[in-house]
Amino acid sequence: MSNIYLYALLGVGLFILGIYSLIVYANLLRKILAINVMCTGVFLVLVSLASRNHNVQPDTVPHAMVITGIVVAVSATALALILMLKINKAIGKSEFPDKDCE
Amino acid sequence: MELILGQIPWIVMPIIFPLIGSMACFLFPAKAKSLGLLTSLVVLACVTRLGWQLKALGSLRYPMGGWGAPLGIDLYADGLSLLMLLMAALVGLGISIYSSSYFSRDKARHFWPLWLFLCGALNALFLSADIFNLYVTLELLGLTAVALVALAGGADALIAAMRYLLVSLLGSLFYLLGVALIYHSVGSLDIAILAQRVEPSPAMWTAVGLISTGLLLKTALFPMHFWLPPAHASAPAPVSALMSALVVKASFYILLRMWLEFFQTQGAAFANFLGLLGAAAVLWGGIQALRQTQLKLLIAYSTVSQLGYLFLAFPLGTSIAWKGALYMLFSHAMAKAAMFMAAGNIQFFAGHDRIAELGSITQRLPLTLTAFALAGISLMGLPPSGGFIGKWLLLQASIESGQWWWGIILLLGGFLAAGYVFKVIAHVFTHDEPTSRTVTLPATMEWSALGLALIAVLLGLFTYWPLAMLEMGSPFGTGHSG
Repeated sequence: MSNIYLYALLGVGLFILGIYSLIVYANLLRKILAINVMCTGVFLVLVSLASRNHNVQPDTVPHAMVITGIVVAVSATALALILMLKINKAIGKSEFPDKDCE
Repeated sequence: MELILGQIPWIVMPIIFPLIGSMACFLFPAKAKSLGLLTSLVVLACVTRLGWQLKALGSLRYPMGGWGAPLGIDLYADGLSLLMLLMAALVGLGISIYSSSYFSRDKARHFWPLWLFLCGALNALFLSADIFNLYVTLELLGLTAVALVALAGGADALIAAMRYLLVSLLGSLFYLLGVALIYHSVGSLDIAILAQRVEPSPAMWTAVGLISTGLLLKTALFPMHFWLPPAHASAPAPVSALMSALVVKASFYILLRMWLEFFQTQGAAFANFLGLLGAAAVLWGGIQALRQTQLKLLIAYSTVSQLGYLFLAFPLGTSIAWKGALYMLFSHAMAKAAMFMAAGNIQFFAGHDRIAELGSITQRLPLTLTAFALAGISLMGLPPSGGFIGKWLLLQASIESGQWWWGIILLLGGFLAAGYVFKVIAHVFTHDEPTSRTVTLPATMEWSALGLALIAVLLGLFTYWPLAMLEMGSPFGTGHSG
């Protein structure tokens, strides 16, 4: 039982770590990676909470959710990367310009 | 049940047709324009037909492919979903007509498949019956919306799209983490089952907090609105209309649905907090809109302000308040789409959207300016318009429940809206020489904007149908309990 919560807490830890990097780092690639780390954190929470106790078969619904989530995450990452490349081409760096942050 | 199965499942059609249309547009780019227009018409027809069905049934639940709740995907429709679907279909048709002349051949090739895909995702979202399906549709919506914002192509648009993408993903992940917690503590994803089983517990509070944060970020409620003005203002005009009129409403719809079904047991303090944020959004958005020098940014900040009104219904919580908020939502969709289209016309004609230099253009574009003014009437909440009815219902709810201070926000917001609308309209009455530019504006672009603005005003005259629609399947429960 405690194992399950250990993994779930680890997932939450990854999620928070991801938020931290998303906010702190300026480089877009780091931001995209941070989002991916957050995704992994959420998936870990989902998968670990799927097994309520050791004797019973784990619940399959969260696994289906994670698989769908992975597909979404991959597509989102692809879109983010192509946007980053285009931004790099347009302004010469992979960062948000400072001034337009209101 | 036999009766429903015997008929064509109309509830699926608003999802299927845009997806088919999207693929068809992708495969036959030369025909994309007519295919897109056709799809928008078909979607409107299907939604109307679904409305007819709901009128008899009240609410409708449909298991896709006959698989049933735990394994398969259920669709659910009632008056609330129908109102959202109808809003999306009407604005969608307007946008399709407008876009058929707006985009160059090269841009149109990308626009139509993305827009129809977004339309399908939006309809699927309004019909989803479980919270994970809502996550998937939310992501589909976010990704297509980001791609559409980036369509303008300049550095500004790309940066706005990137920022929007990161915010959107962050919001979705908060939402998904909340869903994980809810599933763990309740053991179901189905909204109807959750409504019966949810009990207040620390896990539920955390889940509600996470889900609300994610959705508020996506709805751009003050102070999480920072991404909205650049994203909405730098996109091509029909996309701005789409974003402000429909896309931000989708996450609001999810929040509202969850709130009505099982969030509201979580305490009045949270409702008041949402109301306060809404009030701050109304004022801050209005003040910022007044300060803008560019038309599209002004309209984008006006969206921030108008979204605030929707959250005033949370602390009131009566069914009149919900109806008022939804009336605001519906008429804002029409008015804001019309306004962005009008701004697009001005930009198309003049090549810029600086408010100070509008004087010389206004006399050349009477239809566009009429559309802008009519949309403005609804945003200000002057009678007769949809905005007026919405505000009236909210005001009535705030006085009936003794919380009159929300009414003051409604009035102040109206003054601010009048201020920023007249800042633009005032240029009609100047004596500037009409410009000698000879750009011809396609008639479809002017008439589609005018059409949507007229609907926003007519909503103030024909109140029976929309309000009756909201009674279908009684999404707000019975009586005053909300």
